[in-house]
Amino acid sequence: MSASGPGTAIRLVDCAKTFPNGTRALQRTTLAMKGGETMVFLGPSGCGKTTLLRVIAGLEAPDPGGRVFFDDEDVTALPIERRNVGMVFQSYALFPNMNVEENIAYGLKVHGMPPAQRLKRVEEMLEMMQIGELRERRVTQLSGGQRQRVALARAIAVQPRVLLLDEPLTALDALLRERLRIELDVLLHSLGVTSAYVTHDQGEAMAIGDRVAVINQGALVQIGSPREIYYRPQSRFVADFIGTMNRVQGTVRDGALELPGGRIPWTQDAAGTIEVLFRPNDVHIVAENEAQLRGKVAQQFFLGDRTRLHVSGVADRVVVVETTEHGEFTPGQAICLRIDPDTLLRLRE
Amino acid sequence: MGRTRQFYLQLGFTLLVCAFLIVPVFMSIVAGLTENFFIGLKSGFTLRWIGVVWELYAPTIFRSMYIALATLAVTLVLGVPTAYVLAKRPGFLTRMIEEFLVLPVAIPGLAIALALILSYGGFRDFRTSWLFILVGHVLYTLPFMVRSVLAVLSSFDFRSLEESAASLGAGFWRRFFGIVVPNTRSGIIAGALTVVTLSIGEFNLTWMLHTPETMTLPVGLADSYASMRLEIGSAYTLVFFVMIIPLLIALQRYGTQRIKKAGHA
Repeated sequence: MSASGPGTAIRLVDCAKTFPNGTRALQRTTLAMKGGETMVFLGPSGCGKTTLLRVIAGLEAPDPGGRVFFDDEDVTALPIERRNVGMVFQSYALFPNMNVEENIAYGLKVHGMPPAQRLKRVEEMLEMMQIGELRERRVTQLSGGQRQRVALARAIAVQPRVLLLDEPLTALDALLRERLRIELDVLLHSLGVTSAYVTHDQGEAMAIGDRVAVINQGALVQIGSPREIYYRPQSRFVADFIGTMNRVQGTVRDGALELPGGRIPWTQDAAGTIEVLFRPNDVHIVAENEAQLRGKVAQQFFLGDRTRLHVSGVADRVVVVETTEHGEFTPGQAICLRIDPDTLLRLRE
Repeated sequence: MGRTRQFYLQLGFTLLVCAFLIVPVFMSIVAGLTENFFIGLKSGFTLRWIGVVWELYAPTIFRSMYIALATLAVTLVLGVPTAYVLAKRPGFLTRMIEEFLVLPVAIPGLAIALALILSYGGFRDFRTSWLFILVGHVLYTLPFMVRSVLAVLSSFDFRSLEESAASLGAGFWRRFFGIVVPNTRSGIIAGALTVVTLSIGEFNLTWMLHTPETMTLPVGLADSYASMRLEIGSAYTLVFFVMIIPLLIALQRYGTQRIKKAGHA
């Protein structure tokens, strides 16, 4: 057992995975995670993110040529039981033949920890996860949220070098998911353990990840901080997969981008007809005299903390605008908009 | 709520069917305990016939018991790992193996016995030992053990359990005996009860495979029916009931417990 210090760095070198039936679940991937970092693997279902996690865990061997390193140690040939990883499964995979305490103690027992020490560690875990009162319960008697805590406690108890979480919140209802997301983020950072977190939920990825690795069709398409991924997507897939993105056609002429609804100053290079992207919350509703663009409200959706508007007449298609203003909007109403030119985005591809 | 006439009609019919099935059993028990069945109950009750059965057939009773236990041991050792492998690697080959395993249930016992005699009858010591019967019983009961364990293994995600045990450092044997077997217990117990029950009552195969030195209880029953007084045959049947009924009750109770448990999960 290694102490949870600065955390273990993980490196994947040329790791691909082809299943016996010929399916290429993972393209050749090279990836580095810093010690103590939480990296979220985000992508639609079946994109290969779970396969990637299983390669790190040692549940799947990469195709020949692939290498997995924990710090400087080549662990490619080590089976999962000798990698000292902690794993939390989507189904939690708690042992039904044991109660909560025995589940948490299982890994410690396997590692040969003496009973007195084991008991102390189990108590620490119960306290840390605030599940002391569940100690004697059978795991079949626990709620989803409680199971999740036990699964985490069990994985953390052995002080793993790496914590691997496979959609740990997906099985829970929305409200609980939101709450546990925050708790989990605090927990992972206070432990300082290197964590790989798989999810298809972009909200979760943004909230938890130090860095987010977006995966599509078995390939790593972009890796960066949540902000980079959100505001600087490098491909159409990332732009469309994460949040809502407006995509409009305009013409660059005389230092301005001309759209059907008006002109925005243009400072980037490029000329002629181009496609630009921007986020709904980067569009501001302004007074008549400050307007760059004019349009009409087509529809409004009140979302509680903000209002989402579909605005027509601004561009070649409906533009989505989000505002935190409290005012009511009515369909057909004229609206004046302004976009900071720096937030306009062009894709290189 | 008052009970309708239909209810009483249904109850009456059910009782009639039950009686039709139970009366012969009851008659048989009575026959084994009466002094003289042709004279009837007025000849008096006696345990004499049971004593005679004990004198004549005690070895068959013990033989049936240890063959059943040996069958159980072999089916546990072969059947549980087989079910595990079948559940773990679902594919064309494992499907084929599963089908082949079930074949002995469909083939008449006599045919299996004949095949065994044709193949191995030449090995005299083997042919005349109880192990020959054991082989037949294992062939016949193994599918029941495999199926029972397989059913439980398919009812929960044991792969994830194994993977999480592995992530906590447990090697294969530790996972198998610490996680897979305990969580498959209900299937193993139900399978074990079925195997013992079937082995104790097995006649077809055993009748072909046995020698006078390796006679089992059911074969002994046939022997007594053919050549002894009716009372002795009936008393012998009574002994068989005493052995088999607790097993059947256990099987029944265990079966319903499993259904209840599955309902909760």
